[in-house]
Amino acid sequence: MDIDWDLVASSFWPLVQGGIRGTIPLSLASFFLGLVLALIVALMRLSGNKVISAIARGYVSVIRGTPLLVQLFVIFYGLPSIGVVIDPWPSAIIAFSLNVGGYAAEVIRAAILSVPKGQWEAGHTIGMSPVTTLRRIILPQAARVSVPPLSNTFISLVKDTSLASLILVTELFRQAQEIAAFSQEFMVLYVEAAVIYWVFCLILSSGQSQLEKRLDRYVAH
Amino acid sequence: MSPTDPLAPRGTVPAHEPVLTVSGLRKSFGANQVLKSIDLSVRQGEVLALIGPSGSGKTTVLRCLNGLETPDGGVVAFRGIRPVDFASPASKKQLASLRDQSAMVFQHYNLFPHKTVLENVIEGPVQVQKRPKAEAVREASSLLDRVGLADKRDQYPHELSGGQQQRVGIVRALALKPSLLLFDEPTSALDPELVGDVLHVIKELAEEGWTMALVTHELAFAREVASEVVFMDGGVVVERGHPDQVLRDPQEERTQQFVHRLLNPF
Repeated sequence: MDIDWDLVASSFWPLVQGGIRGTIPLSLASFFLGLVLALIVALMRLSGNKVISAIARGYVSVIRGTPLLVQLFVIFYGLPSIGVVIDPWPSAIIAFSLNVGGYAAEVIRAAILSVPKGQWEAGHTIGMSPVTTLRRIILPQAARVSVPPLSNTFISLVKDTSLASLILVTELFRQAQEIAAFSQEFMVLYVEAAVIYWVFCLILSSGQSQLEKRLDRYVAH
Repeated sequence: MSPTDPLAPRGTVPAHEPVLTVSGLRKSFGANQVLKSIDLSVRQGEVLALIGPSGSGKTTVLRCLNGLETPDGGVVAFRGIRPVDFASPASKKQLASLRDQSAMVFQHYNLFPHKTVLENVIEGPVQVQKRPKAEAVREASSLLDRVGLADKRDQYPHELSGGQQQRVGIVRALALKPSLLLFDEPTSALDPELVGDVLHVIKELAEEGWTMALVTHELAFAREVASEVVFMDGGVVVERGHPDQVLRDPQEERTQQFVHRLLNPF
């Protein structure tokens, strides 16, 4: 097969722009909102209140037990039939945030539980309330433990945002689909998109190791 | 000792005034009754040593005093605050008022690994007691200097030896200026050659008039620093009295066996 290098060159910038304007902001916004949600859900799971804990468990179970694509379609194509119409971008952010929230909640819960009980007791003995102990003593230590698994969640999210192309969000993969449809060069465009995703994820992985090294100073060995 | 000395114990209450009086303290974990009606009192400037076999309940006594466990019954009365009667469930406010009277030094130090030595010490004074940071830093530095760790203030706990970490744990408790210092087997996790440094610091604090309750297996140390030794077994106080009496000439058979076993391990 002959590779049309001119097409590779001319489509490169539009694809990268799809990444910069679509994939990256979609990933960052969803990850940030998802983490906030995940922290709340994790704390609900750990709460002594059985009802609150059960609600959180139910949420995590639904999110993890259903395909992301189905969640996305329920929000974008399903909700309008009960009168709730949400634009493509907000739909995508809602769906991805809810999804990250479900997965990251379990990571954060495990990280909080991994901090030794003695740390809670030390906070107590110097007069701290449980909330202050959580904020100043437990969460900083849990953060270090959760960097590797949360990085995995983020990298998965970056790739999963390609599903947003199916609800009309113009991101990297949708750009590739449009150029491929026009030029009929499917192999070239899709491999090119794959390479760009891969480079994004390589950059993220190296960022993860940097972050781990920096946070390492703060934990016992 | 100058009046601004951070190592000076709080208050100007005359010696021999009880700082703490405990009566009828009870605690169970499930079906296991760990404390069966314990009575204790500690007077200003005194050192109470709790000894006994593991599982005797001595650590639970300390944890109840600091609010790490909630007793099922009994009255805990610290000087200057309203006594708390655990016959009915205590409010959060009551528990907090009890907790603020004492500070615990843990067997496994429990320093905050993500904070420097100095940050560990000033966390309570600044974050909880809302004291000015500059003042807290000054006091912390002076306390660290007193226990020989002035040069370690900007290091992290994992960079220190066990003995150094425990001395930081002691300073962290001192910085809160509690009326009662609690030590839960403070040298049990240490390598033998590091035990001496920590005991030396505790002995100095005792000589400076700090009031403390100490759970320990170091009988020789207890004999040297304690004002009173309490021997516990099976959740009850079996024998109590002057260290020379309890440790050299115990009256109860269980005390005799325990002391004999600790002094003659082979």
